[in-house]
Amino acid sequence: MKNVYLDNNATTGVAPEVAKVMQPFFRELWGNPSSMHYFGGQVAHHIEAAREQVAALIRADPSEIVFTSCGTESDNTAIRGALEAAGPHTRLITTRVEHAAILGPARHFKEHGGEVVELGVDASGQLDPAELHRELAKGPAVVSIMWANNETGVIFPIQELAEITQQAGCVFHTDAVQAVGKLPINLQQTPIDMLSLSGHKLHAPKGIGVLYVRKGTKLNPFMLGGHQESGRRGGTENVPYIVGLGKACELAAEHVTAEGPRVAALRDRLEGGLLKICPDTTVNGDRVNRLPNTTNISFQFIEGEGILYHMSDAGIAASSGSACTSGSLEPSHVIRAMGVPFTAAHGSIRFSLSRYNTEEEIDYVIETLPPIVTRLRELSPFV
Amino acid sequence: MWDYTDKVMDHFKNPRNVGVVESPDGIGEVGSLACGDALKLTFKLGDDGRISDAKFQTFGCASAIASSSALTEMIKGMTIEEAEKVTNQDIATFLGGLPEQKMHCSVMGREALEVAIENYHTGRTSKKILEGKVVCKCFGITEDEIEHVVRDNKLTTAEQVTNYCKAGGGCGGCVPEIEAIIERVQKELRAAAAPAPAKPRTILETIRLIEETMEREIRPTLQRDGGDIDLIDVDHDRVIIAFRGMCAQCNVAEFTMKDVVEAKLREFVSSDITVEEAKA
Repeated sequence: MKNVYLDNNATTGVAPEVAKVMQPFFRELWGNPSSMHYFGGQVAHHIEAAREQVAALIRADPSEIVFTSCGTESDNTAIRGALEAAGPHTRLITTRVEHAAILGPARHFKEHGGEVVELGVDASGQLDPAELHRELAKGPAVVSIMWANNETGVIFPIQELAEITQQAGCVFHTDAVQAVGKLPINLQQTPIDMLSLSGHKLHAPKGIGVLYVRKGTKLNPFMLGGHQESGRRGGTENVPYIVGLGKACELAAEHVTAEGPRVAALRDRLEGGLLKICPDTTVNGDRVNRLPNTTNISFQFIEGEGILYHMSDAGIAASSGSACTSGSLEPSHVIRAMGVPFTAAHGSIRFSLSRYNTEEEIDYVIETLPPIVTRLRELSPFV
Repeated sequence: MWDYTDKVMDHFKNPRNVGVVESPDGIGEVGSLACGDALKLTFKLGDDGRISDAKFQTFGCASAIASSSALTEMIKGMTIEEAEKVTNQDIATFLGGLPEQKMHCSVMGREALEVAIENYHTGRTSKKILEGKVVCKCFGITEDEIEHVVRDNKLTTAEQVTNYCKAGGGCGGCVPEIEAIIERVQKELRAAAAPAPAKPRTILETIRLIEETMEREIRPTLQRDGGDIDLIDVDHDRVIIAFRGMCAQCNVAEFTMKDVVEAKLREFVSSDITVEEAKA
């Protein structure tokens, strides 16, 4: 069966180079890096090498890299740790379109008496930096704003937002899980205090993440335990995965500049092709400030789950912001926050590409999907 | 992916009876774009009074399309009276079951059928289910509709109600109200399941029952000690008796009276009975 994988914002395949460098750490170099013997000790410098590879991708200092188990852990650590360290009366300022890994701890903070401010977005999914400015003028806060949206690919003006926050003397965290590896990031220039990234979104395996913590940032550790990661995250290091993530970051650093335009060209080919053939089809979100690999398209009058199942039969993997696919009853909070009308919200499909996709695959989707849309519209009472 | 049965996938991929019946006898439209699913059902009656054709148009997920397709297959050949009895469980069963969170798709089918039959009877096209008090404002679900799914599917939690008709699945503000409805309907269901209270007995039936009880439960005990008992009179709940034989002279007759005679008659005839000894 054909396998056209266009769901890379959900997860990516492990790069062959990454899988290869991980191998020795299962059967040969399996010691505990904290041990006081040669067998464990020989592992420690592999962790430090990986730390350097991660730091190089985002232009940070290796000492500012904390390995975690996933993006969600990084986000929880940043939000809960920063709020705890900041003391009482500190608010949390975030946005309405964050990932669940931010919305979850934000809700928890609110339920325990904290004040949470959610910045809204306009129809293109963009937020207004002036609104952040106004909120920061009201008093101390921890700010957490995603770099790029997982559903629409919309990129927020992080440089500007981080600078506004820095001027207010507040802590700025960004969930950059979708941005790292897809956009060039330079933390020497962007005054970000904390940044979350996740291995499995950039061709490392699932189960490994990073929280970048700028030197001097006040942060209470979230995972209490041993002295690992300089006391910032307890728990024996997940050595094979850390090594794998290091390699994935090295590959991303090599590819990111050239890969962006190539993947964007494929994405534009897909988007243009589908919009040309299918009537009543729109793109959700800012098409200029957008990740090169993502497009979110609404096929009006039909429901996303049906589209996904028919595409799946044809060997095409994508995802949807429709209510039915999320297991909830309402369409995606991101699509709703943008005010996308219901006629389109339920039929939104996200295609997210990777460096492994080909032109031939894209043409196959352009050829296969329109008849599926036509078939489902024939069933719809609204057409 | 959802754990759909092969039959659900078959009806989703190869939907039966898509479209609108020409000059239909009944039209039922439920749901909306805002709700995320909607169904338009049309049917036509044959000369024999049975549904000769049924068609659907559905906006919704795979299980909504499959439930609609199944519904049209099921009702073809039914009389209106038979179609009126179709429940959402029947639709789910026809499909070999639906995931719990998707049961609302089967409920949408039953609702459309109900509205279409209402339309056949009265010519009304308004949505019957939208009459009455709206409990869930996010999805526009009325008290009647919630009661209906709770009763048909014997639901016990608000979460189940959400799975079956979406109510409570938006802001969640109406969950306490849903819980109150569940409690009320469950109480009714329990009352209906309990045995019907016995009809009031006539005085003649009461006397017969007292005599039977005395014969079976009391007299053998007394006769073992050489005594006996006679029924003298019954005045509502007052039962007048007379002790005979050894009992007539017994020191503990008073005790026998309360602990044996009265206890047995209360147990087998009525808890309100008091027993008195006939005055000599």
